[in-house]
Amino acid sequence: MTQVSVFPAPLLPGLRNLLSRYAENMMWLARYMERIENMARLIEVTGSSVRAGSVDAGWDSIIHINADAAFFFRHHKAATEQAVVTFYITEEGNPDSILSLARCARENARVLRPLISTEMWMHLNVFTRWVIELGPGDVGAGYLSPLCTRLKQDCQTHFGITEGTLYRDQGWLFYSLGKNLERADQITRLIDIKYHTLLPSGAGVGSDIDMSQWTSVLRSAAAYHAFRRVLPDGMTPANIVGFLLKNNGFPRSLSNSLCNVYSALGALAGEHRLRHCGPILERVEELRVTLAEQTVEDIILRGLHEYMDWIQRELRQIQNEIAQAFWPPVVSVSSAADGMAQVQN
Amino acid sequence: MAAQAAGLFATYDIPDFFCELLNRKDQPPAGLQTVRDRLSRFGLAELRRRAAAVEAQFYRLGITFTVYSDREAIDRVLPFDVIPRVLTAAEWDHVDRGVQQRVRAINMFLHDIYHDRHILRDNVVPASLVLGNANYCQAMVGLDVPGGVYVHINGTDLVRDRDGRFLVLEDNARTPSGVSYVLEDRQMMLRLMPDLATGLDIRPVDEYGPRLHRALVEVAPAGVADPQVVLLSPGIYNAAYFEHVFLAREMGIPLVEGRDLLVEDGRVYMRTVAGPRPVHSIYRRLNDDFLDPQVFNPDSLLGVPGLVDAYRRGNVTLANAIGTGVADDKAVYAYMPRIIRYYLDEEPILTNVETHICAEREGLEYTLANLEKLVVKPVGESGGYGLLIGPHATQAELDDFRARLRADPANYISQPVISLSVSPTLCPAGVEARHVDLRPFAVTGRDTWVLPGGLSRVALRKGSLVVNSSQGGGSKDTWVLAS
Repeated sequence: MTQVSVFPAPLLPGLRNLLSRYAENMMWLARYMERIENMARLIEVTGSSVRAGSVDAGWDSIIHINADAAFFFRHHKAATEQAVVTFYITEEGNPDSILSLARCARENARVLRPLISTEMWMHLNVFTRWVIELGPGDVGAGYLSPLCTRLKQDCQTHFGITEGTLYRDQGWLFYSLGKNLERADQITRLIDIKYHTLLPSGAGVGSDIDMSQWTSVLRSAAAYHAFRRVLPDGMTPANIVGFLLKNNGFPRSLSNSLCNVYSALGALAGEHRLRHCGPILERVEELRVTLAEQTVEDIILRGLHEYMDWIQRELRQIQNEIAQAFWPPVVSVSSAADGMAQVQN
Repeated sequence: MAAQAAGLFATYDIPDFFCELLNRKDQPPAGLQTVRDRLSRFGLAELRRRAAAVEAQFYRLGITFTVYSDREAIDRVLPFDVIPRVLTAAEWDHVDRGVQQRVRAINMFLHDIYHDRHILRDNVVPASLVLGNANYCQAMVGLDVPGGVYVHINGTDLVRDRDGRFLVLEDNARTPSGVSYVLEDRQMMLRLMPDLATGLDIRPVDEYGPRLHRALVEVAPAGVADPQVVLLSPGIYNAAYFEHVFLAREMGIPLVEGRDLLVEDGRVYMRTVAGPRPVHSIYRRLNDDFLDPQVFNPDSLLGVPGLVDAYRRGNVTLANAIGTGVADDKAVYAYMPRIIRYYLDEEPILTNVETHICAEREGLEYTLANLEKLVVKPVGESGGYGLLIGPHATQAELDDFRARLRADPANYISQPVISLSVSPTLCPAGVEARHVDLRPFAVTGRDTWVLPGGLSRVALRKGSLVVNSSQGGGSKDTWVLAS
């Protein structure tokens, strides 16, 4: 009982396997927190770029990124700053508001309390309580930037605490899957919407307004300075898209997120000897290869929007396949028997 | 004593009750005197500062019971009093032995009533009381449970009378809760009141998790080399969910819900990312009625279809066993001293509160003659018309109850009103006396172990005897002095 093993999984085949429900919750905990951080980034950067005087793609761009137009305009007349910010931060009725997301994150964490560290729970609990208590006065124009900074920092604190305290077993790998799938999804949405709203207008392409929009895309992904360092004179839409999609050094790039998804799945298949990982790994690998083999010019030429759309569909498919493999709705012992024998060998 | 009067207890008005700290019959042992002296040097302001820090910590840590309204989860902290309740080594020895004896008798009683029913045939306990009891479970008849253990986790509610004598108020042999507060209270106390405990030899409580785990392994079905133990919880909507989490963590076992388990061919499995994995021992925090929709409440979504069948086949152990509620029933409680004598041929170490069984002629006559001095309680699950507290009742209520007693005497027991002991407690107006009780927890596998101390609940309202958390109760850390 007091035996401690450095590599519990290989030494205890069949034991120490994560409950399916916990795996699912781990994944969603990470996804919700990542989504909150992205939302805060998006609101902050939109706030500053709109105020900086550009005309197009103001507050309504956030609505389009999240494909919420129909829902939003059912409840609000116009995409004013006040309406959009409230909608995405404190609105009870919006399942994608930071308030709703934080609640979901906390409820997932509540379920996961047997697994996660006390520090993780304590931080999430305090964070969520703070979000719930945000009033209209806290989201006004003058407070928006500090508010977003605090939200972002709380998410980063969460990720930091998790990195520093969460035990590295299957739970950690599912957490990692969730975080990176969400990150991958968010970056494609960000690129898609900016490309979508800017490029087709023709006149704006390459103009100052266009550039300031793309700069804001970089800033919202915390990529601005890294990009400057890598490509000091290359501030073109294609370079920016290429950086966000394909640069392995940039932690929020699509290629980097896919790489992390791949290695988490690989660890589940490898040292944890979980079955059903093969087809999912193949699908992720195919995505990575497709991404690596195409130049960004090719991608844009063939249609950036279509490509982002395809990636988002693939990411959804990966999520579904993970769910089917590790928390299927129906389980039978006899059909799993061959797998158990394999594990116990 | 003069120095004390100047300190924290300067205005403490010891009522005519046994005070756990300041008004004991005997000369207190050195350890208790030390706590007393140290406390008296605390200023009220300092004590309040500590109390505020404790409360904030509990809240941040989420050591709470959760109440759900609409979509909002409301986390409430069980009020915690920073002044500990201290038991001497001799007092604890007495309680420890008494609880062990009681648990032994309860397990023997349960085995007997689900097998040969000697105690019923010998007319020590009325057969109708047991066999007609709503908690008597037919599915348990003739079933042999590992080690003959039915009650693996037992909570015995104790109070102390005016003389400081411990009396059993109630047995909790189903799914007693509260032990997580004992462990958390201690941790909080050592963190935020370290200067009060320094150098004192206080019996530790952190052994509870490993002890419980060991017991659950010991009672797993025979022949399983490395049994998988799980804790079965109703889930996050249960008020005691924090405790379930806490205990699962302390034992290092998965916390599962009904939907995580499945039964195939009379065996129980849990659904993991590696597919179904066998489960051998279940510490269940789900009431009997919800365990298995095939046997009990068919509408229950919390349970596991087929679980009772697997249990009956001996493929899985449930802790506690099903149908233990018949042993902690109020009516059976009245017979507990006789049950102890019957099986163990010993005098009860811990006595019951004096109880008059109205089903018996002398009991009924005494109750009718002294109604205004007694508490009368309905028994069993057969309904009953509620409780009568004699000293608080009007003449009309007394007359009314007399008629009911005569009509259905077997449905009632009566007890004197107990002058519960008090303990100094930090209240809005200062340090005041508040009534306390004590719930020690006993863990039984191959043998029985009692967690030193237990949960001291305190009635925070002045004069109140109700210590339940739902009615203004709080908790105190319980210190058992090792010598």
